[in-house]
Amino acid sequence: MKFIDEYRDAELGKKLVNRIEQLSTRQVRLMEFCGGHTVAIMRNGLRQLLPPTVEMLSGPGCPVCVTANADIDKAIALARLPDVIITTFGDMMKVPGSYSSLQQVRAEEADIRIVYSTQDALQIARDNPKRSVIFIGIGFETTAPTIAASILQAKEEKIENFYVLCLLKLCPPVMKALLALGEIKLDGIVCPGHVSVIIGSHPYEFIPRDYGVACVVSGFEPVDILLSVAMLVEQIENRKPRVEIAYRRGVKPEGNKKALELMGRVFESGDADWRGIGVIPASGLKLRKEYAPLDAERAFSITLEPVREASGCICGDILRGVKIPADCKLFRKVCLPEHPVGPCMVSSEGACAAYYQYGV
Amino acid sequence: MCLAVPVQVVSIQDTEAEVEIGGVRRRVSIMLTPEAKVGDYVLLHTGYAINVIDEAEAQETLKLLTEMISFGEDA
Repeated sequence: MKFIDEYRDAELGKKLVNRIEQLSTRQVRLMEFCGGHTVAIMRNGLRQLLPPTVEMLSGPGCPVCVTANADIDKAIALARLPDVIITTFGDMMKVPGSYSSLQQVRAEEADIRIVYSTQDALQIARDNPKRSVIFIGIGFETTAPTIAASILQAKEEKIENFYVLCLLKLCPPVMKALLALGEIKLDGIVCPGHVSVIIGSHPYEFIPRDYGVACVVSGFEPVDILLSVAMLVEQIENRKPRVEIAYRRGVKPEGNKKALELMGRVFESGDADWRGIGVIPASGLKLRKEYAPLDAERAFSITLEPVREASGCICGDILRGVKIPADCKLFRKVCLPEHPVGPCMVSSEGACAAYYQYGV
Repeated sequence: MCLAVPVQVVSIQDTEAEVEIGGVRRRVSIMLTPEAKVGDYVLLHTGYAINVIDEAEAQETLKLLTEMISFGEDA
C-alpha cells in the first residue's frame, strides 16, 4: 500500500542499521515516547538490530496506560447511573480501576458500547434521545480535535443527550515533567508522529534548548523509526541537539491549523492526573465554560470510593522509563493480557503488552 | 491509540468523504482537513482525516534516505 510498503523495505532497513553503527561512537539513551512506536520497535525486532551503543526506552505515550485510577473510577461510576449509555474506545474496557473495570460493570448490565469514532457515539445519542450518552474522552492531541469536532457537531445539531468525560492529555507537558524529574538521563527523544501531525514540531523546541536533548519526530514504519534513530544519533554525535522531522510526509512544523483551531475553540488547558507521575499543571484539556453543559463531570453527580492502587504493579515506574516490564514481579506470572493487573498490560500499546506479545 | 493509516479519498460530500484502503471503502469526516481533494491520501484516525499526506515530502524523505545510506556505503 502506498506510503506504507516503501517504509517497510528490509534492505533499506539493513542499510540504515549499518549507517547507525557507523555514526554511533558513544553510548546513547533514547526514549520512544509513543506506545505506537514501542509496538513497531518490538514487532520488527528493532532493539535487537540496533548496535549496543544505542539504548531504547519506552515512554509514557499510551493514553490508556497513563489514565489514573481515579479517572477510571469516574467512568465506572458514570456507567452505573440509570439511563446512561457509555461509549468508549475498546482499549478502555479491561483497564482495572480501584475496584472494578468497565468490562466488569458491563457484565453487571451497565450499557457500555465500544465505538471506533466519536461519530459513532454521536449516532448512538441521536438514536437514543431519552438516554444520556457519555463518551469517555481519553487520548492525546491526535484524538483531541476529533472529540472537539463531535462536541461542536452536538451543539450545532442540538443533540442534548451527548456528554464527554474529558480525560484528554497533552504530550509536551509530560515530556517536560519527565525531564525535570531527572530520574533518567536521556540523550534523545523519538517524538510522537501522529500527535505531531496536529501540534507540529515547534512545541518540542524547549527540549533541546533547556535540556540539551535531541528530538526527531518519527513515523511508524520500521524505516521511519530507523531513520529517526540515525538522525538522533547524528545530532548527539555532533553535540547539536535540535528538533527535526523525519516524518515529513505527515508532519508540518506548524501542525494542522484547522484541528488546532477547533481544539482551541472547545478546550482550555487544565491540570491532569498521570498514572505514575501525578498531577501535572496544564497537561490536560478541559471543556471551556461555553461547553460546560456537555461535561459529564459537571452534568452528573457521582460518589467515589477512595482510590486504591494494585499492589505490586510498577506501571508508574515503567511509564517514567525508570523500570522495564521484566523488572516487575507480576509480569508474565500474575499479570497477563487476559488478566491484566495494570494498564500497561491492557492496552496493545502498553509497554508490558508489547514486551509480552513479542517475547522480550 | 494514536494509530492512523493512509487512505485515499474517493469522493467528497460536504464535511464527509468516502475513502479507500486495500479495496475497503468507508465514510469518514474531513472536518479537520477541509483542504482534502479527491485522489489525495489522508491519514485516518478514529473516523477523521487528520491531515493530507504530502507526496512531495514523501519523495524528499526517500531521497534523503538514499543519500544517507550511500553516504554510509562510501565511508
